[in-house]
Amino acid sequence: MVTAATPLLLAATGELVVERAGVLNLGVEGMMLVGAVAGFTTALATGSHTLALFAAALAGAGLAALFAFLALQLLANQVASGLALTVLGTGLSALAGASRVGIPVERLPRLALPGLSDLPVVGPLLFAHDVLVYGAFAMVPATAWFLGRTRAGMVLRACGENAEAAHALGHPVRRVRWLAVLFGGVMAGLAGAYLSLAYTPMWAEEMTAGRGWIALALVVFAAWRPGRLLLGALLFGGVGILQLHAQGLGLVALPSQILSMLPYLATVMVLVAIATVPGRRRFAAPACLGEPFLPSR
Amino acid sequence: MTPITRRMLLAGATAGLTLAAVRRRPRAQARLKAGWVYVGPVGDHGWTFRHDVGRREVEAALGDRIETTYVENVQEGPDAERVIRQLAAGGHGIVFATSFGFMNAVLRVAPQFPQVKFEHATGYKTATNVAVYNARFHEGRTVIGTIAGHVTRSGLIGYVGSFPIPEVVMGINAFTLALRRVRPDARVRVVWVNSWYDPGKEADAAKALIDQGADVLAQHTDSPAAVQVAQERGVFAFGQASDMSRFAPRAHLTAIIDNWGPYYVERCRAVLEGRWQTHSIWWGLREGMVQIGPYNPILPQAVVDEAERVRQGLIEGRIHPFAGPIRDQKGELRLPEGRTLSDEDILKMDWYVEGVQA
Repeated sequence: MVTAATPLLLAATGELVVERAGVLNLGVEGMMLVGAVAGFTTALATGSHTLALFAAALAGAGLAALFAFLALQLLANQVASGLALTVLGTGLSALAGASRVGIPVERLPRLALPGLSDLPVVGPLLFAHDVLVYGAFAMVPATAWFLGRTRAGMVLRACGENAEAAHALGHPVRRVRWLAVLFGGVMAGLAGAYLSLAYTPMWAEEMTAGRGWIALALVVFAAWRPGRLLLGALLFGGVGILQLHAQGLGLVALPSQILSMLPYLATVMVLVAIATVPGRRRFAAPACLGEPFLPSR
Repeated sequence: MTPITRRMLLAGATAGLTLAAVRRRPRAQARLKAGWVYVGPVGDHGWTFRHDVGRREVEAALGDRIETTYVENVQEGPDAERVIRQLAAGGHGIVFATSFGFMNAVLRVAPQFPQVKFEHATGYKTATNVAVYNARFHEGRTVIGTIAGHVTRSGLIGYVGSFPIPEVVMGINAFTLALRRVRPDARVRVVWVNSWYDPGKEADAAKALIDQGADVLAQHTDSPAAVQVAQERGVFAFGQASDMSRFAPRAHLTAIIDNWGPYYVERCRAVLEGRWQTHSIWWGLREGMVQIGPYNPILPQAVVDEAERVRQGLIEGRIHPFAGPIRDQKGELRLPEGRTLSDEDILKMDWYVEGVQA
């Protein structure tokens, strides 16, 4: 359950920060795939997992930079550029990985935490994972702290809530958004690398199988709050796993298709809640989400 | 080889239609253009990958006399019809549609291009210029079920399923029957992932099954994820569609291998020589369309001998995958002793044999 939640959590944390800065990047799936193939290829070529993770983050950020250039510099439509990014990432990763299909790679090593990993029950469940799992979970409080408690986080949120006002106050809206988008790319790249190096250590085309889109839904589900993101990732990832276990044990009260639908139903319900008047105050989306910003001189 | 993406096809659709007339002007008569339509990516290392290996064998065998094209990731539905029509209009003499869901698309396009030959994999509807071909994958499952019966300690086999359609159900049943001939108390637990291809979910399903006590895994999904999980968790597994032993040198006992190449070469040659005719074939181990991969050296010789005996028996027709007595899940007798199921009954199988938990 923890491992199924990890790629979702990584990608969604990145996208959450991007969206809080007022940018909607629908290219998560594409950035994940590029990260997955870059990480896999590097691990294969160098045998170094550190370099592989670095390459994955770089590849994700590279694709994100392309998006940022289109959406922030040229003010292209963000939805269209994001979708284009997914299509591009899918094709690019397939092309780059074509010659590496059917080759296994060494799994990302598990890091035992001294003391904690030896705890009964909790130890193997929570503390027998690799660096990306710990990283993903550590990023949640870190992001919450950054957005809620630091000046830079406040500026970032200001850019997402009212870019004009932030600009008038002298904040570099465009630069903030660039950095947010790059951060989103790094996180999506790492999420992809988690799939190709740890979850199923191999490369196969379109191996993300829609997890980038789930991450996007997750951000909405979490109403743009990091804490709820953690809950949502465990729920979205967990339902899938529990569903498989329940099937095996013959405990299927509901058809598996309905269980697979649950997270999305929950997302729709959150969207409905957002649309109601009291909900609007509590779960509001960043007010400038998806709106291009042209600094007036 | 000319890889074409769907998007290029869309963009070139209008241009292609006008060009088609020009392109079809008689060139060297002996050169054939053959097109393949794939449902997944060539890089899935499973179903589509094996069809593409077949396509490359056609190129190698027929050299200058053939020019091949493929379109990958074609959705079953309106997209498929457009892609197939485009290939037919683009001067292809023969088009292979390699997924069950392309059936209606093929049958709609075929009457409009009587000079083009269409081949549809795993379907059941033919026409004067539409042939269907399918492989008896379940024969391979009889062989691996036999091996599983010898290897399992817990008596619980995990089976990662895609969709509960007859194709998959007959595989589960053939596997279970062979398994219980060796180990009468063994059970097969099926978990459906509702996808042909989702490595992450296939891995999750494999983990769930191992957690519940399965010590041998079989699968009817396309990626090597389950095999890889088996290696990591110290249980055994069988490869699907292609040899997956590189992903799990210790866990991978053998694989059922789809071998389309010889059929594709023969059908393209038939078009070149003007003797192509429609047919509906269902080939298995005997014709070599289904093969058993290399056995893992860790298997005891006695088990390998037993697997080979079953394989030979299937080839020679002495052994039938569905020979009575067969009881269903409720324990009711479905087929009395001494009888075998007809192909027709196998092809529409919608019930599980005793010992399956699905």
